[in-house]
Amino acid sequence: MSEQHHDHGHGGHEHSEPGEMDLRVRALESVLTRKGYIDPAALDALIDTYQTRIGPRNGARVVARAWVDQEFHDWLLRDATAAIASLGYTGRQGEHMVAVENTAEQHHMVVCTLCSCYPWPVLGLPPTWYKSAPYRSRAVKDPRGVLADFGTVLPESTRIRVWDSTAEVRYLVIPQRPEGTEGMSEEELAALVTRDSMIGTRRVEAPATPGSAA
Amino acid sequence: MSYVTHADLGGQPGFGPVTPEPEGELFHAAWEPRALALTLAMGATGSWNIDASRAVRETLPDYGNLSYYQIWLGALEQLMLQRGQVFPDELASGEMRHPAAPVARVLQAANVQSVLAKGSPTERPEPGPARFAVGEPVRMRPGKADHHTRLPGYVQGKRGVIEHVHGAHVFADANAQGQGEQPQWLYTVVFDEAELWGEGAPRQNLAVSVDAWESYLEPAA
Repeated sequence: MSEQHHDHGHGGHEHSEPGEMDLRVRALESVLTRKGYIDPAALDALIDTYQTRIGPRNGARVVARAWVDQEFHDWLLRDATAAIASLGYTGRQGEHMVAVENTAEQHHMVVCTLCSCYPWPVLGLPPTWYKSAPYRSRAVKDPRGVLADFGTVLPESTRIRVWDSTAEVRYLVIPQRPEGTEGMSEEELAALVTRDSMIGTRRVEAPATPGSAA
Repeated sequence: MSYVTHADLGGQPGFGPVTPEPEGELFHAAWEPRALALTLAMGATGSWNIDASRAVRETLPDYGNLSYYQIWLGALEQLMLQRGQVFPDELASGEMRHPAAPVARVLQAANVQSVLAKGSPTERPEPGPARFAVGEPVRMRPGKADHHTRLPGYVQGKRGVIEHVHGAHVFADANAQGQGEQPQWLYTVVFDEAELWGEGAPRQNLAVSVDAWESYLEPAA
């Protein structure tokens, strides 16, 4: 099947025929509406949900809580589905959650080599790169190369652990809490946590110190 | 072997670097969120299951040349064409030219939040005792399946160790083929890099796991 895998997988083609895809989607929506299969208002509600309500800020709150609350931290590692649900994040593509914690010794990364499996309730919709052929093909064989694409360099002594989501279990990486954040509130900590750090392609950076050039 | 998936990419060479994107960037054209929403709304009618939709996506002949939401849209059209819910002349014209086929339910805007929050859990009552336990060495079934499967090529025939037991879950291979859920025990199996990529491959200090149904596994001893 390798002849199918020439290098067009990562995007470029989406803009090649302006208007063609718009017309095709509009035609389909029109037919489905006329046939009564869909409620157009439900489409708007779905889009609004994933553009404004469900995104990586949910996961950031989970991580920040785990950083400040040892009991929640332990619960999250023991039964992530229940611990995450206690903060109100449940449902589609997050029915069965497992949390894995980064340390100086071990760094976790998540991929779906077969498609795009991703924990929607805590991270929202996956970014394009997560679904792309370069990420899916390389994450399980050359994760340090993938990390380098994100500007992330880990010591060779840090073991890399890649989780390939091949069933309906979804993984959330708890990034390492950066040094220098001891006095920060849960809310301030959540603001530091990025989507990519919860997939495992970046680390969480400490905030710039007040008065520094940054 | 008639089943060809184009989605089994783990370990395949030649795709180049990953292109990171800013956190807020989810769509690249106005039609993409519409295609997403149409797919979710039609999925909510109960006309097919997630495994069947993955099977159609991964077998689209031009999979490698399509963007992500083009794959979703192409698969949605195929699923509906197969079921007589739409017809080619309707897709081409955007006009309804054939009577609607009945669907089990229609997702209403007022129910979107509750339907998404409920999700579709795949855990099921245990069919019997689990065959494998944490720490046990196993070997992944060798050779490609002639149907949709969630056993990636790069682990087929490889030896790993059971790391987690996740309970019994809907068996994707059977469910995709319309053979019912046939729940099986689901395990996380972890592999070391020399087993996956050979002694000669550059060392990364790496371990990789997949989630695997019980029938994918045999005892390694």
